[in-house]
Amino acid sequence: MTRFRARSLVVAAATAALALTACAPGGGSDGGDAPQRQASDVETDVASAGDVTLTVWDQEVRSGQDKPLKELNAEFMEQYPNVTIKRVSRSFDDLQKQVRLAISSGDAPDVVQANNARADMGSFVSAGLLRSLDGYAEVYGWNERFGADVRAVSSYSEDGKTFGEGSLYGVPLTGEMVGVWYNKAKLDELGIEPPQTMEDFEAALATAKEAGEVPIQFGDLDQWPGVHTFGFVQNMTVPRDDIVKLGFGQAGASWTSSENETAAQTLVDWVDRGYFTDGFLGLGYDPSWQSFAKGEGVFLVSGTWLLADLQSGLGDDLGFMLPPTGESGELAVTGSTGLPFAITSESENPDVAAAYLDFITSEDAMAKISDAGGLPVYDLESQQVDGIQGEMFDAWTTATDEQALTPYLDWASPESSTLLPAEVQKLMDKSASPAEFLQALEDDYASFTG
Amino acid sequence: MSAGRGTATRGAPGEPRAVAYLYLAPALLVWALFMAWPLIRAVWLSFYEWDGLSVGTWVGLDNYVAVFTDPELREPFGHALVLLFFFSVLPILFGLVLASITARADVRGAGFFRTVIFLPQVVAMVVVAIAWRQIYEPSGPLNDGLRALGLDGLTHAWLGEQATALAAVGLVGTWVGTGLCMVLFLAGLSKVPRELYEAAALDGAGALRQLWHVGLPALRGEIAVAITLTVVAALRTFDLVYVMTTGGPGTATRVPAYEVWRWSLNEGRVGYGVTIALVLTALILLVTVVVNQVAERGER
Repeated sequence: MTRFRARSLVVAAATAALALTACAPGGGSDGGDAPQRQASDVETDVASAGDVTLTVWDQEVRSGQDKPLKELNAEFMEQYPNVTIKRVSRSFDDLQKQVRLAISSGDAPDVVQANNARADMGSFVSAGLLRSLDGYAEVYGWNERFGADVRAVSSYSEDGKTFGEGSLYGVPLTGEMVGVWYNKAKLDELGIEPPQTMEDFEAALATAKEAGEVPIQFGDLDQWPGVHTFGFVQNMTVPRDDIVKLGFGQAGASWTSSENETAAQTLVDWVDRGYFTDGFLGLGYDPSWQSFAKGEGVFLVSGTWLLADLQSGLGDDLGFMLPPTGESGELAVTGSTGLPFAITSESENPDVAAAYLDFITSEDAMAKISDAGGLPVYDLESQQVDGIQGEMFDAWTTATDEQALTPYLDWASPESSTLLPAEVQKLMDKSASPAEFLQALEDDYASFTG
Repeated sequence: MSAGRGTATRGAPGEPRAVAYLYLAPALLVWALFMAWPLIRAVWLSFYEWDGLSVGTWVGLDNYVAVFTDPELREPFGHALVLLFFFSVLPILFGLVLASITARADVRGAGFFRTVIFLPQVVAMVVVAIAWRQIYEPSGPLNDGLRALGLDGLTHAWLGEQATALAAVGLVGTWVGTGLCMVLFLAGLSKVPRELYEAAALDGAGALRQLWHVGLPALRGEIAVAITLTVVAALRTFDLVYVMTTGGPGTATRVPAYEVWRWSLNEGRVGYGVTIALVLTALILLVTVVVNQVAERGER
């Protein structure tokens, strides 16, 4: 009896499962053709839109970004009483995971802050879940407002296959880049100037090591910081255009080039010479920059997002500079914008959403971000800043003026966000040779670019 | 069959009546909604190549073929076997020893020690993971302690070296699991009449022999439960690995559950990730059934 019942249950379950196969997952949403808005159709008069509730998902939870955005939202609602902004704010990790579900659920927010990467914004675009902003860019003059580099990291072809060009799918508020933080007091002690070339930088590392200092404070237990460190060396040794192609996952470059080999070998040499913190693979990212802020370590290769935290530790001893340049003398720096704000295809009030995007990226907004200690994405020259924030502003201006930004390397392919960090660790603990390291990346790159 | 009296709806004595299902219904509904339905959905998804966003493509059994033939997946499953030792074998051994010490001997403050050993069990795994990350740091308490003892040669970047990372994660599992096993065994041992031990002692059996001949046979059921729980914990480990090492250094601590997360949420291959999850589920189910079969057979 029980056996029979069990069997009939299995049959029932199997039948149910078979019945389900009639429809494919994701079939509910009409993917493929995102609505386009021509410039001529755009309605810029928000007041005439009637009562509108705009749901906005962002990840600006850190105080430096949260405050300006809160103020901007309040001002927007004051200016347009017919609009209510419903803000949902989450940490980067949480937002990244939840946006995916929310945006394809049939009840998507109007505006989402989407990670630029191929696995995020790229796949949203290819599934037709985001609106192209080209029409709005024309009306609001965003192409003049944002530099070409800045627009590139939010641009995809309509099928989501090509990254770095095509239509604009988001606008950012802030800039960010991976440069070199340094301890001014220690450089003085060692008698070295902030190094401008790779040669000088390596000499500085050797001097620091000899003096018993930690030349580069580094912790890679979290896996991703290693990608920034590799990218930092790569920026000094590999032609900028090649890095851009690799980072955007576009055909035409190769990981196994001799320049990339130099980059990988250089990184291994630095490990051999003890230029990094002892046991760096067992040390977390946070403890490593916290050690630097406490005065351990001469250099720290990391992003502009650490400004406030490092400054509270080191005060006036904190310095920031762009990566030194290699033999070619060409400046290259891993960097991008903060996460761009995008409009979903399901938004019922895309014109209001676009007006909102224009508002939060206005010059007034940039001033607010600067005042809060952040790095606005443009209009830096109008801001009154001094000290280390000024150094950071100068560096960003130089980098964008020279179009020197190179993309984060783990954006390239869907797999590279877990492949690259693991491979860099293997390179740095020498379980993979530079050749094996590059071959693993080349295999992924080649299979992706086809 | 027999009963002439009473209503026709009533069946033979002992046969469940229809109304019984009514009592089961709420639980059954919850189970169906949150267990059965997701499982059916998962099986359905495993037949598709799907990125989680656009329309999926039916690929039949391709995902299963891929899971069983992918050489890259052998490593994580191998790591799961290693974790079995740390999550299951060690805690059961330690649990046995601790339980037999604290159950019988009049240890001072036994209650306190029991609580301390059980404590990790009630702390969230993420918290446990973060705490141990700090303990294992190159200049963390563990290495400091070793240096203080003059054992400088034994210091390691525990989570950062391929040779030590998996064992370091595993030992945290041992630390967590031991308390659970001990409490289970304590409960089992409390059923054993003291006289049995006294008789064994009179016959000249030492502590070890007493444990072997008196304690262990009484604990058969509890050991089966302990094996089941710890094996499941070992095979589905995710939080510890994710927080402590992200699968690194390199791929040295990647486990099946990490691969499920990686493929379905990170690489945009939901169908493949779900298939790994289903294979893992089947494996866990198989192990539990075998453990319980063996335990029951021994009972007779």
